[in-house]
Amino acid sequence: MAFASFESAHIIIVLPEILLLGLAGLILLLDCFWRERHRRILGWVSAGGLLLTIILAILLSRPEIDGDPILIFGGMLRHDWLGFTFKLIFLFAAAVTSMLSLDMEDLAKRGEYFALMLVAAFGMCLMAAASDLIILLLAIETTSIPLYILAGFMKADDKSTEAGIKYFLFGALTSAVMLYGFSLLFGFSGETNVYRLAAMVRVGDFSPWILLGTALLVLVGFGFKVSVVPFHFWSPDVYEGAPTPITAFISTASKAAGFALLLRVMLTTFPTIEAYWTTIFAVLAAATMTIGNLLAIPQKNIKRLLAYSSIAHAGYALIGLVALSSFGAASIVFYLLGYVITNLAAFAIVIVFSQSAGTEQIADYAGLSRRSPGLALALMVALLSLAGMPPLVGFVAKFYVFAAAVQSGWIWLAIVGVLNAIIGLYYYMTILKVVYLYRSDDEQVSVDISRPAAVALVVCSMLIIGIGTISGPWLDLVVEAAKVLF
Amino acid sequence: MDFIQDHLLSMILFSPTIAALLIFLLPRERVKWIRWGATLASLIPLGLAVWLWFAYDSSASGFQFVERAVWYEAIGSSYFLGVDGISVTMVLLTTLLTPLSLLISWNISDRVRTFMALFLLLESGMLGVFLSLDLLLFFVFWEVGLIPMYFLINQWGSANREYASFKFLIYTMAGSLGLLLAIQLIGVTAGTFDLLEIATKWTALDQPLQLLGLPILLSTSTVKTIAFWAFVIAFAIKVPIWPFHTWLPDAHTEAPTGGSMILAGVLLKLGAYGFLRLVLPLYPVEAKQFAVVLGLLGTLAIVLGAFASWGQKDFKRLVAYSSVNHMGFVVLGIAAAAFVQDGSQDAVIALNGAVLQMFNHGLSAAGMFLLVGVIYERTHSRDLDTYGGLFPLAPIYGGILTFTAMASLGLPGLNGFVSEFLVVRGSWPILTLFTAISMIGLLITGAYILKAVMKVLHGPLNEKWVDHPLEINRREILAIAPLMALMLWIGVWPGWILRVINDTILHLFG
Amino acid sequence: MNFPILSVISFIPIGTALILFLLPGDRKNLIRWVALAAAFTCFTLSVLAYFSYDQDVGGYQFEEGPFPWVGALGISYHVGVDGMNLPLVLLTGIVIFTGVLISWGVDDRPREFFAFLFILATGVFGVFISLDLFQLFFFYEIAVFPMYLLIAIWGWKATREYAAMKLTLYLFIGSVIALVGALAMVFAADMQTFDMIALQEAGFSTAFQRFWFPFVFFGFAVLGGIFPVHNWSPDGHVAAPTAVSMFHAGVLMKLGAFAALRVGIMLMPEGARMWAPLILVLATVNVVYGALIAMVQRDFKYVIGFSSVSHMGLVMLGFATLNLRGLTGAGLQMFSHGVMTALFFAVVGMVYDRAHTREIPKLGGISRVMPLVAVAFIVGGLVSMGMPGFSGFIAEFPIFMGLWQREPIVAIIAALGIVITASYIMRIISRVFFGKIPVEFEGKISSINNFDRIALVLLAGILILIGVYPSIIAPLVESGANAVWALLGGA
Repeated sequence: MAFASFESAHIIIVLPEILLLGLAGLILLLDCFWRERHRRILGWVSAGGLLLTIILAILLSRPEIDGDPILIFGGMLRHDWLGFTFKLIFLFAAAVTSMLSLDMEDLAKRGEYFALMLVAAFGMCLMAAASDLIILLLAIETTSIPLYILAGFMKADDKSTEAGIKYFLFGALTSAVMLYGFSLLFGFSGETNVYRLAAMVRVGDFSPWILLGTALLVLVGFGFKVSVVPFHFWSPDVYEGAPTPITAFISTASKAAGFALLLRVMLTTFPTIEAYWTTIFAVLAAATMTIGNLLAIPQKNIKRLLAYSSIAHAGYALIGLVALSSFGAASIVFYLLGYVITNLAAFAIVIVFSQSAGTEQIADYAGLSRRSPGLALALMVALLSLAGMPPLVGFVAKFYVFAAAVQSGWIWLAIVGVLNAIIGLYYYMTILKVVYLYRSDDEQVSVDISRPAAVALVVCSMLIIGIGTISGPWLDLVVEAAKVLF
Repeated sequence: MDFIQDHLLSMILFSPTIAALLIFLLPRERVKWIRWGATLASLIPLGLAVWLWFAYDSSASGFQFVERAVWYEAIGSSYFLGVDGISVTMVLLTTLLTPLSLLISWNISDRVRTFMALFLLLESGMLGVFLSLDLLLFFVFWEVGLIPMYFLINQWGSANREYASFKFLIYTMAGSLGLLLAIQLIGVTAGTFDLLEIATKWTALDQPLQLLGLPILLSTSTVKTIAFWAFVIAFAIKVPIWPFHTWLPDAHTEAPTGGSMILAGVLLKLGAYGFLRLVLPLYPVEAKQFAVVLGLLGTLAIVLGAFASWGQKDFKRLVAYSSVNHMGFVVLGIAAAAFVQDGSQDAVIALNGAVLQMFNHGLSAAGMFLLVGVIYERTHSRDLDTYGGLFPLAPIYGGILTFTAMASLGLPGLNGFVSEFLVVRGSWPILTLFTAISMIGLLITGAYILKAVMKVLHGPLNEKWVDHPLEINRREILAIAPLMALMLWIGVWPGWILRVINDTILHLFG
Repeated sequence: MNFPILSVISFIPIGTALILFLLPGDRKNLIRWVALAAAFTCFTLSVLAYFSYDQDVGGYQFEEGPFPWVGALGISYHVGVDGMNLPLVLLTGIVIFTGVLISWGVDDRPREFFAFLFILATGVFGVFISLDLFQLFFFYEIAVFPMYLLIAIWGWKATREYAAMKLTLYLFIGSVIALVGALAMVFAADMQTFDMIALQEAGFSTAFQRFWFPFVFFGFAVLGGIFPVHNWSPDGHVAAPTAVSMFHAGVLMKLGAFAALRVGIMLMPEGARMWAPLILVLATVNVVYGALIAMVQRDFKYVIGFSSVSHMGLVMLGFATLNLRGLTGAGLQMFSHGVMTALFFAVVGMVYDRAHTREIPKLGGISRVMPLVAVAFIVGGLVSMGMPGFSGFIAEFPIFMGLWQREPIVAIIAALGIVITASYIMRIISRVFFGKIPVEFEGKISSINNFDRIALVLLAGILILIGVYPSIIAPLVESGANAVWALLGGA
């Protein structure tokens, strides 16, 4: 690929990032001036701005179809379909999160909230495009630190504070280990640019065990972001304690960003020891799926259940990485696409319900189908998509991931995957059972759904069904994205 | 005319079914319409059967009035009908007895519509067996007849009807199971169910078949023997041959009068017909091999059946066992013919006797059950000891009973004698010992018939019945009159029927 | 004809489900009539398709596609019917129509009930007509999931939650295992396509087929109720509301068997050959064991549930013979048993709705108050016993002929199943329908309404029609079976 020197055209490439920063600044500014009266406007500004960013990104910042990816800014960033696809995912997640946050008083009236979220989104965009270890580290920290703060945003709530601290401690520790791994990589190759590093590593004829060790160190950091076993312990507590829109954001965008890193770094830097780390990843994936699913079963709090379910989903996505094929990488991206949309929808419903009924216990969802049939139906669509039922996107996503595994010969992993899907189905169905079958005393009290939340839900639900049914064009997109890795 | 000529058999076969369906359109309260309608409708097949009888050319060999249509090609079975002398006789018997049984059943008052319809469906089932020239079709009609009979006994029978009907059904179905499996085997090996083709293909089969999935190769003869016994057992249950007869006393006794008439009159003949139409042509070798066994069983049926009858206290049960006794002669005749298989005059005579006995027993058994029903209707008891000296109270009944009983006993001049004589005459040179023993049976037959007549009609008058109206009424006389007329006619001049039977037997087995 | 009749039949139900969701939940009568209209349309179209099939030409007809769906993988939308699946399409049309008729009395949220039922129907239709592997799984899962809600919400209170969960989990485990097998096939063929017709030419190695056949066949056969993974079925049957039981036993179990045939036997014939003996053994156990268990049940509905297990065993016996007659019989049995069991469950539902019990010792004399129901059950019972003159005999006979050609001892053992069936059927008929009416029911059992009558007459009539005139279905099924047999190497 070409190492283009700085050109003004490259500004267009990073237009989304620039807009994000601009938007963050704008919000902080507006927050100063507008004070109490126009609080909700901040959220709409954020959402609207993000939408605008998405549109402009699609129009202006697209990579060339079938073109070569280019490295820009002195090799700091790589402009390719993989990065671009992930960028769109992050922006979408941020937009939806903004809309969902509108109803939560404590969050929506603080400008910092949206600004931090936008900065985190900015960091994620960098993560997806990063092709240099330094910028990688910067991007990770730019993403993580705002998220730590956002997790602990509700200072009055003990759980939220605990979530923030825990997130911070875990994140800091794993970042440190990962940084050590990066330093070793630099040591081996004398390069920080990931691609040049990879070339040096190949030539350098290092012992596979050393490389493996370095990979594992790096993995600690990435694994934390993706919340793969055994780096998942922070998830349930943080997800439960953080304000729910942030939970939604962390579980979707942040996880996707981690995967973007995994894909790029593992496949580029460590192809020589593929045989080793794929086996390790396979075991990790199996463990993640299984532990995530099994621990989800006894959960009584829906946020915690969704946390464990998210852990499990990371496991499913990881299968695509093990497959070590172009199709495998494509399937991860597709999986994340579907997963992000679905998880956002699920959390949207949790937010709406807890605003109205003030509870996050699953048992309190009883009779929801009578109180608000539409909301119950949306919940069913989201949960079934998570479970992997057609004609929803979750089915197609799982199908592709398992297909990738089978294609590459990882039969046992595919079987573990499908069996885990069944376990997942069990607890999702249990929730649906509560919603549709059980009766409650306050069935006549309808659930208030605010307009932004309704819009978000409808959009997500339509996408869940739409991408699930007509998945062809989307698969073409992610295949294009995956091609750049091989 | 041509249409009727071309489809005569189908018309005979299906007119009762159509009548049954039409009966269901009548409102269930119009009992009179239903009774009249059913009985008159059942005269249609009778009329057609009489026409058939006259149109049938006994001198021509082969089957006549053949009809063929596509039915279940996928497995090689077609709708294939045809008659020869034996089946024509049986068709006549069936279509004759049905209206008479229906007429007798006019005293049924509970769910008359269903009763009549079931009866007519039963008639179609029985006719189908006699008219079928396709093995699968034969089986279909064989089984189909069971269900209406089951319900007739189960719903309109007497006190012990549940047990009797269930036993009847399960016994017969279990027996048919072997038949079914054997038919499947034949269908698979011959590739068709056409009886005419099977007769040549199956008998010609001599490649060893690997059966039972065992590594051992069973020889063709072993397979055929097993299939033979499967057929035999199924038919033996129906006839019934001792020791497969135990369903019969209960079924006959518990059935309503009309049901008993048709059960004894026609259904038992299905079994015997199966022997003649299927067992002898398809298994000549095995039949010859085991003819002695059959003969023995037939003899036992004659003798033990007679003794059993003699020992009964229940009038109806006595008549029921008499069926075992009479059908034994049919079996003996068939066994004798199977034993020699040389078309000798003795064999032909024995077979003639067997077929005629089928017809005759149909008449006399139906008649006897009718008369039992008459007296039961009035006295609500079948216990012979409760009767006594009823002759003066019901002279016409007494006369008819005596007449019919004599026919059943085999009095020369009446039909029973002719057929029994032919069987004995034919079997004597072939299975002498058995024939001799069966004479004992004949002796005891006389004993039990006379016992029955004596206990009912003669002896001291049982005071109980003095003021009871016991006499037989006109409807019942009308029902039994044709039977009596035939019994006399065949007894005096059997030629008209024997000619038809004999010609066919000569063509088939001569 | 150019009219995409198959897609229309498949998508009318889910389209109707969407319409129903838009209707207000309290307009119950409107909901019912909309549902009935849709079901009737599906039924009529399926009858039309059935009689428009050109048997002289044979093969797949009314074909639509392949239309690219996910081009990157070679997945397409491809449908068509042949002699094997066309009767099943008709069966589904019949069952959805009669099911809606029978469900007229559902009063608790009929909107959701019919909507889920129709989603189920679309899934079923979709599987039967699918000629693309991905598409088959896509619709298969759509068919299984609504069962959960339908049983859990509207089912029999005593066991519905347990039965619904058990059923759904069992069926999904089976299907996902089959999915892995299907994926293995697609990638081993290396043809970049999921199209089943193309994959028939794939030429998988014998070793490959022998390894993967059980995944696919037994994965789908779970839904077919094969021993020993059959015990989701009786509980599921009993807990489900009437129309759902009709669908479940009448159509869904055929889905499993059919998919096992289509994906397992037709695409991996060598594998089928190797595993056929095991299938024979298991299916024989189904037939005999299922009948024996049915015999000792006290609950009327459980008897029928186990009898379904037994009769599906016959279908799988037919498959395992791997010859033309057995396959034809299996195809016929799928249709005949489907109609018969729909009839049975309809009757059970009618009795239960009025008597509020299904305990056989507590019931009696039903024929006096519901004569048509009794006759309908008797017809169904006779079919179940394989009584000649009815469709059961027509279906079972070729299966047995096929067995004789392959493994005679199995024929003999399986025939025992018939005898056992006869005894328990007659027992139920005499206990439940005849005899005296128990005191507690006197005056309380109302007669059935006209919709129920139409359903019963339609179902019973079809059973008799086939029994009397098998040519109306046998040649069609035979042509379909011929296609399968050709793949197995038969001439």
